[in-house]
Amino acid sequence: MKEALLSVRDLAVRFATPTGPVRAVDGVSFDLAEEETLALVGESGSGKSATCLALLRLLPAPAGRIERGQVLFRGRDLAALPERDLCRIRGREIAIVFQDPMTSLHPMLSIGRQLSEVAEVHLGLSRREARALAVRGLGEVGIPAPETRLANLPGELSGGQRQRVSIAMALLLRPKLLIADEPTTALDVTLQAEILELLTELRRRHGMAVVLVTHDLGLVAGTADRVLVLYAGRVVESAATDGLFRAPRHPYTLGLLESLPAVDGAPLQRLTPIPGEPPDLARLPGGCAFAPRCAFARERCTTAVPALEPLAGPPSERRSACFEVERLIRAESAP
Amino acid sequence: MTSLLAVERLSKVFRGRGRRALCAVDDVSFALERGESLGLVGESGSGKSTLARLVVGLLRPTSGGVRVDGVDLASFGRAEWRSYRRRVQMVFQDPNSSLDPRQTVRAIVEEPLVIQRLGKPRERRSRVLELLDAVGLPSRALALFPHEFSGGQRQRIGIARALALAPELLVCDEPVSALDVSIRAQILNLFQDLRERFGLAYLFISHDLAAVRAVSTRVAVMVLGRLVESAPTAELFATPAHPYAQALLSAVPRPDPELERTRRRVILVGEAPDPAAPPGGCAFHPRCPARTAVPERRCERERPSLLALSPGRAVACHLYPPLPPPGQEPVEETR
Repeated sequence: MKEALLSVRDLAVRFATPTGPVRAVDGVSFDLAEEETLALVGESGSGKSATCLALLRLLPAPAGRIERGQVLFRGRDLAALPERDLCRIRGREIAIVFQDPMTSLHPMLSIGRQLSEVAEVHLGLSRREARALAVRGLGEVGIPAPETRLANLPGELSGGQRQRVSIAMALLLRPKLLIADEPTTALDVTLQAEILELLTELRRRHGMAVVLVTHDLGLVAGTADRVLVLYAGRVVESAATDGLFRAPRHPYTLGLLESLPAVDGAPLQRLTPIPGEPPDLARLPGGCAFAPRCAFARERCTTAVPALEPLAGPPSERRSACFEVERLIRAESAP
Repeated sequence: MTSLLAVERLSKVFRGRGRRALCAVDDVSFALERGESLGLVGESGSGKSTLARLVVGLLRPTSGGVRVDGVDLASFGRAEWRSYRRRVQMVFQDPNSSLDPRQTVRAIVEEPLVIQRLGKPRERRSRVLELLDAVGLPSRALALFPHEFSGGQRQRIGIARALALAPELLVCDEPVSALDVSIRAQILNLFQDLRERFGLAYLFISHDLAAVRAVSTRVAVMVLGRLVESAPTAELFATPAHPYAQALLSAVPRPDPELERTRRRVILVGEAPDPAAPPGGCAFHPRCPARTAVPERRCERERPSLLALSPGRAVACHLYPPLPPPGQEPVEETR
């Protein structure tokens, strides 16, 4: 394995809410190699977005804060870095794209101005040089005749084009790492495919690493090298993409895959949902947070929290946080 | 027998101050039979929601009409509207905005009965309990408020309210789009159960093709206010005929890494046109990968009509020759 570009160690994030503090992320660790795409998959409240905001210390202050843990990027701990130093890394070495491009675009500034500003602030380019860079950036994300669009306000563009502009802005300074938080969730299905294609192509061309945050397992299959599945703020499974889909090794992953309605194959009479409701972070059960919904759960699942551990057998990168994983494997291999 | 619902050459034009007129629904015709479930798919701005609002009578058509049991909504007086409300109900996307946060579940689900002056308080209470049971909520939910429930349970409350008057038709506008993956399958199963149990008909609008497949017997595809294809669900998913339907289906990411590496995708070129200025001819032609297969630039010049392609199936595309009149060339029954 290549040396890690990003190493997250025991990250925990706490949010103050009107009903008391909530731990949104609880002991998340992972490594990301250069040029690797890692997907963080989970449902609402799983901590996937809080994790990626925490990486860049973008949690909404003062409600959200990093409680503990390290975010080592090229050997420097972003969680402990002075704000001034962090500003040089944000946008320049690590960029972020959000679900709603209007979160990152100013509604009253032309897109040309916004893109140029990035180059002027970070690289100290002149207006003319920055403008040329902006034109190149827009062309690269497939905006036709970019020179003519520089004066447009974000509101004058379609949703798909706005997302292209926010990607152009994120990639303008050729970051080593792109964090993409549900980048296509707000888009129509056909546009989603186009934007994913674009991201994949740009990642290859520029040798970027990507952290892709999504609730959509289907989307992960075609884009990620490795997957972390999150539930109630913890990583419950970590695997190479192929292995995860071929043989899930956590009851929650298995449940997610089985509950997906398909568009191919014989029509199903009934879907197989995961029973119960997602957990309320303010009132987590003792033990494994998934236990109340889990078909494999036994006594100890309700009293102790299983750690994320390698599976028995030949060494692999595969990790699962489940006391009953052996039973799950046997059930899987049974006819 | 007359259809439960017959939409005939229905159009809705919105005219804003100083803006171009926008034809949100453009000459749409279809019929919906009792107990049938029609899925309506299309990108944002294709007029799906406007069509739903026309059907329930929340909007008045600009031209054309909606007939229920052969009677045009336009001819309805007060009494007819009142009885129509008992027959047709709506389920919305976001239970957070469609449920009154200050009402208890009992008051929410009971309200349609109160408005229609049905039953004494005691009878209404037992009806509400019956409804909660039908949607899988416990009786203790009665005295609780919407915020005390998860998103999936809130959607169940909205469905219970829609069922209160024992309607024949449920118009569902993106009813599972705001829900987590593991919960989505639960609610889709619930829709299936309710249809079987109460003989309901659905107009089920969603941009999620897999969800539509799970609950629909027939699917209609819209592009820029027009109906471009209508087919039995199994046929549409197995062999979509309209190039837009093909692109849409191919754009859905599959939860299978191997398949995703080899699968051929139809990537559309260009952005969806401005609905206020739709292109001439076929509304899909600027993005259509198949338009060069049609001679004499017919797609740019001539708007295709929705014509029968095989029994039960219709498509609006110049690629397909019209079906010969019955008796000339027998077409194999595929249903």
